[in-house]
Amino acid sequence: MSATATSGSATRPYGRIVANVLVGISVLYALLPLLWLLLASTVDARALFASDFFDLSHFALVDNFRDLLAHDGGAYLTWYGNSLLYAVGGAAVGALVSTAAGYVFDKFEFTGKGALFALILISVMVPATVLALPLYLLASDLGLANTVWSVLIPVLFNPFGVYLARMFSASYVPDEVLEAARVDGANELRSFLFVGLRMLAPGYVTIFLFQLTAIWNNFFLPLVMLNDASLYPLSLGLYSWNSTAPINPDYYPLMVIGSLLALLPLVVAFLLLQRYWRSGLTAGSVK
Amino acid sequence: MSTSTVPGKPRTAGAPSAPSVPSTRVTRSRRPQRQAVGALLGPFTLLLFAVFLVPVLYAVKLSFFSESHTGLGFGNAHTAFVGLRNYTSVLSDPSFVRGVGVTLLYALVFIPLVLAGALALALLFDSGLVHARRLSQTALFVPHAVPGIIATVIWLYLYTPGISPVLGLLNNADISVNFLGLRMLIPSLVNIALWSGLGYTAVIFFAALRAIPRELIEAAQVDGAGPVRTALTIKVPMIRGTLSTVAIFTTIAALQLFTEPMLLSRASPLVGPRYTPNMYIFDAAFTRNNYGLASAASVLLLLVCCVLSYVVTRGTAGTARRVPDPRKARS
Repeated sequence: MSATATSGSATRPYGRIVANVLVGISVLYALLPLLWLLLASTVDARALFASDFFDLSHFALVDNFRDLLAHDGGAYLTWYGNSLLYAVGGAAVGALVSTAAGYVFDKFEFTGKGALFALILISVMVPATVLALPLYLLASDLGLANTVWSVLIPVLFNPFGVYLARMFSASYVPDEVLEAARVDGANELRSFLFVGLRMLAPGYVTIFLFQLTAIWNNFFLPLVMLNDASLYPLSLGLYSWNSTAPINPDYYPLMVIGSLLALLPLVVAFLLLQRYWRSGLTAGSVK
Repeated sequence: MSTSTVPGKPRTAGAPSAPSVPSTRVTRSRRPQRQAVGALLGPFTLLLFAVFLVPVLYAVKLSFFSESHTGLGFGNAHTAFVGLRNYTSVLSDPSFVRGVGVTLLYALVFIPLVLAGALALALLFDSGLVHARRLSQTALFVPHAVPGIIATVIWLYLYTPGISPVLGLLNNADISVNFLGLRMLIPSLVNIALWSGLGYTAVIFFAALRAIPRELIEAAQVDGAGPVRTALTIKVPMIRGTLSTVAIFTTIAALQLFTEPMLLSRASPLVGPRYTPNMYIFDAAFTRNNYGLASAASVLLLLVCCVLSYVVTRGTAGTARRVPDPRKARS
C-alpha cells in the first residue's frame, strides 16, 4: 500500500490536495453538528438562542446539568437507568443467545438446519414496524404490555447476531480443539461453555456492541408498548420532551444537554472498542 | 447474504442429514449431541417463534379481518372476515399513496447520494493519498454511533430559526432558507440520514476495497492506468457484491422512514401523521385503532422488502460467480 501512496503522490501533486480537502470537508460535516451540541450544552438559554458560545459569563454547564436532573422529578435519570437496563441487560443476554445459536449452526448437524438458517436470514430483512402491532396485541393478551418485559424480551431476538456468530465460530473455534475436549470426556455443553465460548469472546463482544447500539436506539417498540413514563427509555423520554419544545422553549436547553449525555455512552463504547466494530462490519459486509 | 442458504437447501430437501455429516462427528453417539443442540439453540428458537414467526403470521391473519361496530357504542364490536378488503382500502387511500410517493422520492435522492459519497470516500482512503486515514475514518464513523432520535434532534435544531447558528449565519448573509418548508423538507430528511450513514458505509466499502488483491491494482498501474482509471475499471467492479448488499440494506432502511419525520412532525405542519407508510401503519394501529388496515399496510411493506431482497440477492448471486471471492484472494 505504501507503493500506491508514493506513486500516487509522485504522478499527481495536486491529487493529494484534492483528496485531503474532500476528506477534510466530510470530517467537518460529521463532527461540526456534534461540536454544536457540545458547545450548546455549556451555555445558558440566552446564549443558546443567540449562538453565543464563547462568552464565559454565559457558561452554565453545571446549572444545565442540575436543571436536567431536577426536571419532572428526576425523570431523566429514571430514563437513563431504564435505557441502561434495556440495552446492557438485553445485549448481554441476547448476544449470548445468538452466540450459542451461531456456534450450533457452525459445529453441529441436525435435521432442518438449512431451513432454520434460511428463516433466520429472512427475519433479518423484516422491518421492525411490521412486528410491532402484532407484538403489542400479543403482549396485551398476556398482560405484558406496558411492562419492562414487553420491551426487554423482543430485543433479545437478534438474527443478524446469529449470522455473525456462525462466521466467528467458523474462524475462531477449530474443530480439533473441540475434538480434544471430547476425548478428555467433556460433554458438548461443557465444551461450549469452557472452550468454545472462551474462544468466541471477541465475537461475543462484537455482537454485544451491535445489539447494545440497536437497543439504545430503539424507538418504535417502546413507543408502541409503553404508556408509563417511568418505564420509558431515553429515546422515548426525549421524544416526549421534544414534542413540548416548540410550545415551551424552556425545553430546548434540556433537550440539548439531555441529548449530549444520551449519546455519550455509545460514542465512548465505540471509540474504546473500535476493533470489535470493525471486525463485525467486515464480517457482515465482505462476503 | 442469503446466497449462503443455498447449500443448506438440498440437505433438508433430500435424505436426512446422516450422509453429509463429517466423519469425526458420526463416530460419537447422537444423544448427547442432540441434547447440546437443544440446550444451545433452544432459547434462540423460542425467541424466533415468539417474537418473529407468530407475530408475522398474526399480522397476516389480522390483515384479512375487520372489526365492525353494529349500532352505537363500543360494546357491540365483532370481527369479521373481509378477504382482501383491507388491502384495497390501503391501496386506494390517497394518504397511503402519497406516503409511498414521499418515501420513494426520499429513497431516490438518498440512496444514490449515500452510495456514491461513501464509495468516493472509500476510494480516496484506498488511494493512499489521504493523511491520518485511520483518524479520519473514526471521525466519519462517529455519527453512526449517535442514536437516530438524537441525530434528528440535533439537525432539527440546526434547521429551527432562533436556535440554529447555521440559519443565523445565513441570515447575516441575507440568505433566507426554510429547511422545514415544502421545497427543502425532503433534502432536510435526506441530510439527516446521510449524516448518520455516510461514514459507516464508507468504512464498509473501504474494508471491501482492502480485500482486493494488490497485484491486480499494481498490474493496472504498470499498464499506465492513473488512480482514477484504476478506481473505476478495477476497484469498483471488484466490490460489486458488497455494493449491492449495502444497496439492499440501505433501501430496506429507507423504506422504513419513521423516526425522523415523526420528530419533524412536531416542528413542521407539512409533516402529517401519515407522512410515510410506516407512520401510516402507526397512525392506523394506534390512533385510529384499525388493526386490519394497519396489518394490511404492514404486510404490503413486508412483501416489498422480501421482493427487493430476493431480486438483489439473485443479482448478486449472478455477479458473485464472475468475481473471485475477495477473502480467498487476500494474501
